[in-house]
Amino acid sequence: MDAFLANLFNGLSWGMLLFLISIGLTIIFGVMGVLNFAHGSLFMLGAYLCMQFVRWTGSFWTGLLLGPPLVAAVAVAIERFFLRPLYGRDVSLQLLLTFGLMLFLDDGVRLIWGAAYHVVQPPDALSGSVAIFSQSYPLYRLFLVVLGPLVGLALWAFFSFTLWGKLLRAAAMDRQMAEIVGVRVPVLFTAVFAFGAWLAAVGGALAAPHQSVGPAMGERIIIESFIVVVIGGMGSFPGAFVGALILGLLNSFGTTFFPQVQMALPYILLAAILLTRPRGLFGAES
Amino acid sequence: MKPRAGTLFAAAAPAAFLLAAPFFLSTYWVMILTEILTMSLFAMSFNLLFGYTGLLSFGQAGIFGAGGYFAVLSLIHGPSSLWAAFAAALLGSALLSMIIGWFCVRRDEIYFAILTLGFGMMLFTVAHNWRSLTGGSDGLGGFTLPPLDLLFWRGSLADPRHFYFLVLGVVFLGALLLYRMVHSPFGLLLRSIRENTQRLSFVGADVRAVRLCAFVVAGTLAGLAGVLFAFFNRIASPEMLHWSFSGKAVLMTILGGSGVLFGPAVGAAIFYVLEHVITAHTTNWMVFLGAILVVLVLAFPRGVLGSLLHLAARRRGRPRP
Repeated sequence: MDAFLANLFNGLSWGMLLFLISIGLTIIFGVMGVLNFAHGSLFMLGAYLCMQFVRWTGSFWTGLLLGPPLVAAVAVAIERFFLRPLYGRDVSLQLLLTFGLMLFLDDGVRLIWGAAYHVVQPPDALSGSVAIFSQSYPLYRLFLVVLGPLVGLALWAFFSFTLWGKLLRAAAMDRQMAEIVGVRVPVLFTAVFAFGAWLAAVGGALAAPHQSVGPAMGERIIIESFIVVVIGGMGSFPGAFVGALILGLLNSFGTTFFPQVQMALPYILLAAILLTRPRGLFGAES
Repeated sequence: MKPRAGTLFAAAAPAAFLLAAPFFLSTYWVMILTEILTMSLFAMSFNLLFGYTGLLSFGQAGIFGAGGYFAVLSLIHGPSSLWAAFAAALLGSALLSMIIGWFCVRRDEIYFAILTLGFGMMLFTVAHNWRSLTGGSDGLGGFTLPPLDLLFWRGSLADPRHFYFLVLGVVFLGALLLYRMVHSPFGLLLRSIRENTQRLSFVGADVRAVRLCAFVVAGTLAGLAGVLFAFFNRIASPEMLHWSFSGKAVLMTILGGSGVLFGPAVGAAIFYVLEHVITAHTTNWMVFLGAILVVLVLAFPRGVLGSLLHLAARRRGRPRP
């Protein structure tokens, strides 16, 4: 029972971080048709900036608040100057461009902060651990587990009730139609890319006390979030949530019960889904 | 079509250089050249799928690495024969790419890229975790390379120059196969798949079968390159199968140009020379590589060789594909 709960919380907290990065990835793909290889690097940048702010101010919350908008600003520049010339061209070119950006950012981080791993302490209010069924469990992970559904709920409300949310969904459904009825699509694209990057950076900042901050963290999470997005269905919002939970739980329970094949499990799941339900669990059948 | 003098020279000069290089270059540079040739074959096999068929594979390293493992396993557990090792690797990687390809060619574009990435990483996991067979994360080393036994000549491959000529021969054969292939009707079929899949299936071509064919040829050649790579480094290691290694093939192809057969080979050469120049000053050479890739994609999507050829063709005043 204890091991089960520990696995459950580990899986859910990792799934929550995966969700934050995957939701941006899936919105960007849904609206812009771009599969962003550099998204994991934006996540990593969020973690590093948070760490830097913690060093300067000593407060985790400052990092969580100030880091992500900076990453969003970087994303605006990326969209404006690099992605925009490539719209309407070969999809592979966009993939390659973001791949180049990923190499640049991952190694750039190494250049600035060094190759070593860094530790960020959780804020005082969330440090320490709590006892659950005679086992102590880090409070910060529980915080992530609780935060996950709340963020999901907030995003759902944003997409359902606000004008911007509705515009985003409209553009994702039919870009041309949205343009015809007067949505300024270029502005929307920039906003979407920046919003996705902001979410990824929030995920990165939240991940900083959860795992160590290092230059490889982007590369690791981008592949997992690709899998999340494909499993859930490219461009699908509930798909990203369910996919992230599945992958998070697969990670923690897989490590406990099938340590030999755990690394392969996500890929096997990915292949199985792509071959049987190419649009993913929640994707619309075309 | 009669080849022009310029074209002939353009083909003969690199060939002459490659044949003569070991006689005037230092051992160090001969080894660099060996690596460049090996990676050229790998990148060209990738480009058969990407540049000619329009399929972006991020799992090519999986089959590349598997080829290396097959050859090393054959040397350790089987006869101590170079040819047996090559045969095992060719057979193994052909079979493997047939199985993986059978699944992957059903999907297009991004889905193909992710699916190949997934299969490649499955192979990576096997190499990384099946410790008793593959040596796990340490890789599979500790084998001795048998001497190269040609009917008229026998020599040790411990000599870097001997090894260089073996690699040159193998890569030449691989490149020749690719050259014949892309200039055959089958090559036209591949290119028409890239241009318009739907139209091709309307005129009755079995798109999946053609793609699978290309996938198997590309996989087999990648496996062959993997053998050379593992022999060169005297070890087959899991990193050879990781998706980031596939990324190297992607980078080289974009550097040189995906629209030209020898583009990836030129890209491999530029890649290694740049690596040497830049790593002499800083360890963070991926920053530069990433920046170069971004500039290339934005400004010169034809790559270095592709852009040069394009320029030359424009000067002569006739359009070239």
